[in-house]
Amino acid sequence: MKDLSITVKNLVKNYKDVQAVQGIDFSVNQGEIFGFLGPNGAGKTTTIKMLCTLLRPTSGEAFVGGFNILKDPMKVRKVIGIIFQEPTLDDRLTAYENLKFHGFLYGLKKEFLEKQIDKMLELVELSDKKNLYVKTFSGGMKRRLELARGLLHTPKILFLDEPTLGLDPQTRLHIWSYLSSLKKNGNVSLFLTTHYLDEAENCDRIAIIDHGRIAALDTPNKLKSQVHGEMVILKTENNEIAQTFLKKEMGLNPILDGNKIRVELQEAEKWLPKLLREIPVEVESLTLHRATLEDVFIKLTGKEIREEEGSWKDRARVIMRSRLK
Amino acid sequence: MNLTPIFIIWYRDVLRFFREKSQLLTALFRPALWLFAFGMGLRPSFKNIHGFNYIQFVFPGVIAMTLIFTSIGSGISIIWDREFGFLKEIMVAPIPRTWIVLGKSLSGSTLAMIQGGCVLLFAPLVGVHISFSEVLICLLVMFLVSMSLTGLGIILAARMTSFEGFGAIMNFIIMPLYFLSGAIFPLHGIPFWLYLISILNPLTYGVDLLRGAMLHIHQFSYLLSSLFLLSFFIVMLTGALFSLKYET
Ligand SMILES: Nc1ncnc2c1ncn2[C@@H]1O[C@H](COP(=O)(O)OP(=O)(O)OP(=O)(O)O)[C@@H](O)[C@H]1O
Ligand SMILES: [Mg+2]
Repeated sequence: MKDLSITVKNLVKNYKDVQAVQGIDFSVNQGEIFGFLGPNGAGKTTTIKMLCTLLRPTSGEAFVGGFNILKDPMKVRKVIGIIFQEPTLDDRLTAYENLKFHGFLYGLKKEFLEKQIDKMLELVELSDKKNLYVKTFSGGMKRRLELARGLLHTPKILFLDEPTLGLDPQTRLHIWSYLSSLKKNGNVSLFLTTHYLDEAENCDRIAIIDHGRIAALDTPNKLKSQVHGEMVILKTENNEIAQTFLKKEMGLNPILDGNKIRVELQEAEKWLPKLLREIPVEVESLTLHRATLEDVFIKLTGKEIREEEGSWKDRARVIMRSRLK
Repeated sequence: MNLTPIFIIWYRDVLRFFREKSQLLTALFRPALWLFAFGMGLRPSFKNIHGFNYIQFVFPGVIAMTLIFTSIGSGISIIWDREFGFLKEIMVAPIPRTWIVLGKSLSGSTLAMIQGGCVLLFAPLVGVHISFSEVLICLLVMFLVSMSLTGLGIILAARMTSFEGFGAIMNFIIMPLYFLSGAIFPLHGIPFWLYLISILNPLTYGVDLLRGAMLHIHQFSYLLSSLFLLSFFIVMLTGALFSLKYET
């Protein structure tokens, strides 16, 4: 257990009439980027709040940085940094003052604090905004400042609840480049939640969470290979001949789907040239479909994570608005 | 022990107060207005009380008013911090909940003392003459009253989940506390039930002590008032210290 950053055993949280988290188990290795992927209300924030000692679990136990979240909350708090889903900066203070407040709260020594503030502001490229009031910041700048603040006291484990929600693609890329540089430079473990599938791809391992349960947990590649390998979708001048050929000669299992043939193919790059060379009919079109986390998500939960795109956007807007206040 | 977290919580509130020019002006203008309006408006209809005119009589009461509004308001400001998310930043820091309350109580009482102190400066203008030692007694009483009331504000804020209850608190707690404290009218010759409420109101004793120190008139013995005020202080501060729970 020594080099595990987070260990969670059968963790449960019930609100009055909602079972937000229904017995989850997982662990996060040191230096790992671990992602929680799930739709609205899946229980992501609830889990983070329990691990950060802001919410008492109904049952189960968890260790963060080796400390029991219920018995040693103070020690847990010392080794974690957190970026909450909702903004938590003081708008009426400057960027520098927000960071200084944080440093004093965490008992950092003055000289170290000053150095650390400059270093973190540089990391998130806000050095020139040091003495500006946070209320003049854009949503993305605020988020970056929160990231700088979360790292200021050199935590061993950083929690990020929807770190890029509501940000434009460019800022999202920026934030991810900071996160990857963290991974390269140090021993900080990242636990993040997201509903962006492309971001989940950047994690070392992800847990897909739905209705308070972990539906699957693995590396993005392994998860995707669970669904199917690569899928080739063909349209030919004579689908029946093509189908027979694929079955008899190539030993595949093609399925006729409307006027197209779908066929699962492992290592498609290798087999496609042969297939094209030998197929006895004219191929009119061919597409190669790689499994995405979306497919994994659909297979596991029976719904698309994007079904809720509309509500995501609305929520993103609400959050942005409150950031801009 | 490293007490900088308490300092920085205190410092943030004080900094924000001085930075907000309108807040600063209101803080100074409001007591001046009350003194003027009360004093000039009500002076003719009041007979002299123990040889003091109404402005002089109400002067300690205006200081008390400043303390009440500022300190309860500061305590309750925790709700704003919750609303804007900043409270989470404080709550997740590796410091005991009691330190948060200490920082907040100190900042609330500091702001109340600054504003109450400004009113105190008006004393010579309205013909209230106070010796140096009396000023010290006034400041001590003011401090106890402010700390207690900031504590009360924190206790209320810890129980409120939204800002909607604020109006209710204004109407059902702050206003009655103030009006039934002997701050703006003497407590004799009033209906018995009002008198009963007044002597249960801890602020009554704070006001009485202030008036005693400034004008040498008081209704209750100094010992009784001091005991009441001190108990109020201890109860409120203890209550506040343990009002912020694991989850807030
Ligand atoms: N304080 C609360 N009281 C009652 N129910 C709550 C509370 N907080 C969350 N819930 C419920 O618990 C469930 C999980 O909520 P949670 O915030 O953990 O979801 P989430 O995965 O973070 O969702 P999102 O992606 O929308 O942030 C939801 O059904 C939510 O309505
Ligand atoms: Mg959430």
